[in-house]
Amino acid sequence: MIDQLRTDAAAVIAGLGDVTNLDVLGEVEREAFGKTGFLSGAKKGIGALAPEDRKDAGRAINEIRGEVEAAIAARRTVLKDAALIVQFEAERLDLTEIPSSDAAVGHAHIVTQAWEELEDVFVGMGFRIAEGPEVETDWYNFDALNIPPSHPARDGFDTLYVNHGEPGKTLLRTHTSPVQIRTMLDQEPPIYTVAPGRVFRRDTADATHMPVFHQLEGLVIDRNISLADLAGTIEAFAEAYFGPGFSSRLRPNHFPFTEPSAEYDIQRPDGSWLELGGCGMVHPNVLRAGGIDPEEYSGFAFGFGIDRLALMKFGVEDLRELFTNDVRFLSQF
Amino acid sequence: MNVLLSWMQEFAPITGEPEEIAKTMTELGMVVESIQTVGASWDGIIVAKVLALAPHPEADRIQLVSVDTGSTELHAAGEAGDDSLQICCGAFNMAVGDLVPLATLGTTMPGGMEIARRKLRGQWSNGMICSGPELEIAGEVDADGILVLPSDLVVGTPLVEALGASTDIMFDLDIEGNRPDALSMIGVVRDLAAKQGVPFSVPERSVPTGDSVASERASVTIDAPDLCKRFGFRVLDNVTIGESPAWMAQRLTAAGMRPINSIVDISNYVMLELGQPNHTYDLAKVADGVLSVRMGREGETITTLDDVERSITESDGVIANAADEPIGLAGVMGGASTEIGEDTTSVLLEAAIWDRMIIAKTVRRLNLRSEASTRYERGVDPEGVQRGLDRFCQLAIEICGATVSSGTIVVDGNLEVTPPVRTRLTKINHLLGTDLTIEQVVGYLDPIGYTSSPSEDGVLSVHIPSWRPDSSIEEDIVEEVGRHHGYEKSGKRVPRPAQNGELTPNQLGRRRIRRAFLGAGYSEAMPMPFLAPDDLLRAGLADEGITLSNPLVAEESVLRTSLLPGLLKAVAYNQSHRNAGVQLYELGRIYLGSDQELPDEQEWVAAIRADADAVCATQLLDQTTATLTLRDVSLRNAERAGLHPTRSAEVVFRGRVLGEVGEIDPRVLEAYEIEGRVAWLQLNTAPILSALSNAPKYKKVSRFPSSDLDLAFVVDDKVSAKDVSRNLVKAGGQLVRSVKLFDVFRGEQVGEGKRSLAYAIRLQAADHTLEDDEVSAARQAMIDAVAKFHKGELR
Repeated sequence: MIDQLRTDAAAVIAGLGDVTNLDVLGEVEREAFGKTGFLSGAKKGIGALAPEDRKDAGRAINEIRGEVEAAIAARRTVLKDAALIVQFEAERLDLTEIPSSDAAVGHAHIVTQAWEELEDVFVGMGFRIAEGPEVETDWYNFDALNIPPSHPARDGFDTLYVNHGEPGKTLLRTHTSPVQIRTMLDQEPPIYTVAPGRVFRRDTADATHMPVFHQLEGLVIDRNISLADLAGTIEAFAEAYFGPGFSSRLRPNHFPFTEPSAEYDIQRPDGSWLELGGCGMVHPNVLRAGGIDPEEYSGFAFGFGIDRLALMKFGVEDLRELFTNDVRFLSQF
Repeated sequence: MNVLLSWMQEFAPITGEPEEIAKTMTELGMVVESIQTVGASWDGIIVAKVLALAPHPEADRIQLVSVDTGSTELHAAGEAGDDSLQICCGAFNMAVGDLVPLATLGTTMPGGMEIARRKLRGQWSNGMICSGPELEIAGEVDADGILVLPSDLVVGTPLVEALGASTDIMFDLDIEGNRPDALSMIGVVRDLAAKQGVPFSVPERSVPTGDSVASERASVTIDAPDLCKRFGFRVLDNVTIGESPAWMAQRLTAAGMRPINSIVDISNYVMLELGQPNHTYDLAKVADGVLSVRMGREGETITTLDDVERSITESDGVIANAADEPIGLAGVMGGASTEIGEDTTSVLLEAAIWDRMIIAKTVRRLNLRSEASTRYERGVDPEGVQRGLDRFCQLAIEICGATVSSGTIVVDGNLEVTPPVRTRLTKINHLLGTDLTIEQVVGYLDPIGYTSSPSEDGVLSVHIPSWRPDSSIEEDIVEEVGRHHGYEKSGKRVPRPAQNGELTPNQLGRRRIRRAFLGAGYSEAMPMPFLAPDDLLRAGLADEGITLSNPLVAEESVLRTSLLPGLLKAVAYNQSHRNAGVQLYELGRIYLGSDQELPDEQEWVAAIRADADAVCATQLLDQTTATLTLRDVSLRNAERAGLHPTRSAEVVFRGRVLGEVGEIDPRVLEAYEIEGRVAWLQLNTAPILSALSNAPKYKKVSRFPSSDLDLAFVVDDKVSAKDVSRNLVKAGGQLVRSVKLFDVFRGEQVGEGKRSLAYAIRLQAADHTLEDDEVSAARQAMIDAVAKFHKGELR
């Protein structure tokens, strides 16, 4: 019986070479292993053997069955591979000839890109982000910042005033510094905040001036804050934003809201300098306006233009480009 | 402010390379913008004598000048023999015997021109006779002609040597508003000398006087003591006005001022040197020598030195004559009526101290800025009045042969004196982050005039120098110490906040909103928040924008009340530049009127798409609200200002209007010259941000099989499709997972005024596999609901 079985199995295996189609292969498989297949017959035949021979016969049957299965599986792999080759050829595409998609892609404005990047840098340094209104009172924009009523910056030459409430009292903020005052009045020290925001000046638009632009203002109020903390913070920012190898320096300057005041420059790894903005130790009058005792706390503030950083990053030369809203500009970044 | 090294060295032995000196000045807060070598290019220019003048045979505008250069070697270059050299010259202001500057062959002129031998209409020219401007020592008298040199010079000597001029280094400084003292040579060099540790002093100028007595010649009364803090004058006679000596002309030119004549030049020289502006009156034109100082009066006018008639108001300070007529605008510009002329011999010289704010106001009102007003606006040293007058007199004696009357008249108005400032060493070290001793502090302060005396332990009583009106508090002293100690010596330390850095929920939410629109394919626009007066009306919106009281131009005179006008302009701009179908969004503030102290500032987000209709806008709303996982957003068809009346809707969120969606009104598009349809979406960000601050609540995802149904209903055209789907959801109850409208059909089969709405509905239970009867019950409930609420029939 076993010999017959071997002969049948060999015939099936030999026949596989002629099977060229997966469906036919399936039929062959069913015939071999189905109820009427030769292996089923052999299994039934085991019962007719002497008990001592049954074990060997069973092992032999399983062995033969395994050989047939393996042969069919191997043939199936061959046939599948062949079928895939045919399919792949039929599906061939030249991806270089695909027309580009009509779906528009949204591009973030470079000012927003710079703004968010700066926020992230300062968040990483432990700062929080403060905000304030764009239309301000003259108290927040000037008085509280130690800019007296007679100061030339307050006349209508540089500052845009708004027809709201008492004449000459409401204006478009000329810097983000009013947010300093609002922050100090809102929360107790220690204060570590930056305030990015939109500011306004009575300027004619040209390559380096716009009546609307964006600034970032930093404010730190804590015990024992000194010029060294200011210099260190500027340096840490320079490294975090511009990258390793960038450093900074302070040099004396003058602003009504800080004393001592400084200008800070960033040094690029090639040794050249970039004048970035103004800074200084918060003036005691400003601290008092913010409800903070200058004998208990000290602090520093610094500010710079966001738009200029955005322009520099991408090599844009004209500030007005930022506000044309031309998609040929917007979609480059 | 341009300062000259040689000039500064008259007051202190400043040393070092120009670059080093510049670095020191920059570190002191006097930022050096540029360094220039001046007076250096006179190499090759010599003194020559005019021997003969002859007309050029071929040209009217050129004459032939025969000069003696004192050198036969030079003469050999020409054709005239050993005794002279022929030069062709376009100027005619010299006479035989005059000495003139001659640029010899091979000379490079200050302007860069190379002097070569050349032929002009057949006549050789062997050099160039120079004018003042060509030597960069412009004088008004000879601006168009040759600079005729003093007759006592030696022919053949180099011009540099002959005029006693030399090369100099000019530093162009950017001086901040708190340093009026640094608008003078002495102010800059005082600071610089202190930093270099070299002695600084301003020499006393002795002024020999004549028989006349100043107080008998003129008088002044101050009627406005707040305007005029101090008024000093001296009287000079026998003044001969001519050209200034070359050294003075050269210094003034290098400092950026044009030499005019000796009196004007001395005036400017004293101002640049000492920082004291001064003014000269022709005493003969001041009736009885009587001057008074008062505020202006409405209706008065004055013709200033620049020959412009100017109106005077009550906010201006004036100097008036005996007839009480204004003859000068205090601190800004003198009047033409008492101007020094060629025939002037007696001069009243004024040096005054004016109120900074009053001067600033006049300057701004008249838009009239002068070197004097610039100094007065920042504050002039009241203790420098006498010194300024004396320096002027001394130079006038030397240069103009003046005789000075004895006595200086000084009248004071309300002159404030800053009291000494109590300054604690601990404050200095605390703010600077330093560890200075009292001795070090005194060492920094003393040389710059902040003299001090110890008042108690660790405390100084610091005297504020009269030339630093900006200093008045302890922190000002700290800054001076910091400047002279060096900011860089404070070191760098990064303070470590105890808090975590983080964005607020609103700031995070705003970023998500931006990303939702970017993800939908909309680029971010940044229109200006200013509008032109008719922009709102053209956009179909109420003309309720808050106006600016002092706009620079009318196009930027109104604050926007909607993001619509700005984005319409952006679309129009792009369309006119052949950028079709743009998709833009903006997130920004609008400004609405309010009865509060400040306008109602709201933040909105808007999106606009050219060549797209309301369908696009609605799909954008769906897409962005889905991105933001905002539930409960629905639409209510409504007319909205500026939008297409039958293609717009209010966006409702949690029962309140969140914004609007639809298409722009064709009339608005016409007004903005936009073609095609334009899709529009505008939402208030506040409710979105508040919703985003709460994370969406998790709904368990069912693992059990779902069952899909397609149901189509014939309903009246007026029935809102959204209402039908809402009722389907309600009727289907807990089992409804989704209801999607997938087909709308109008046609004969469904009848006039009706349409078929086909919905794909998915049913699923959270906790079991659906039974057939559950599905059919839900199906029936939905059919019944549409029949009941919308008279809809199943198709």
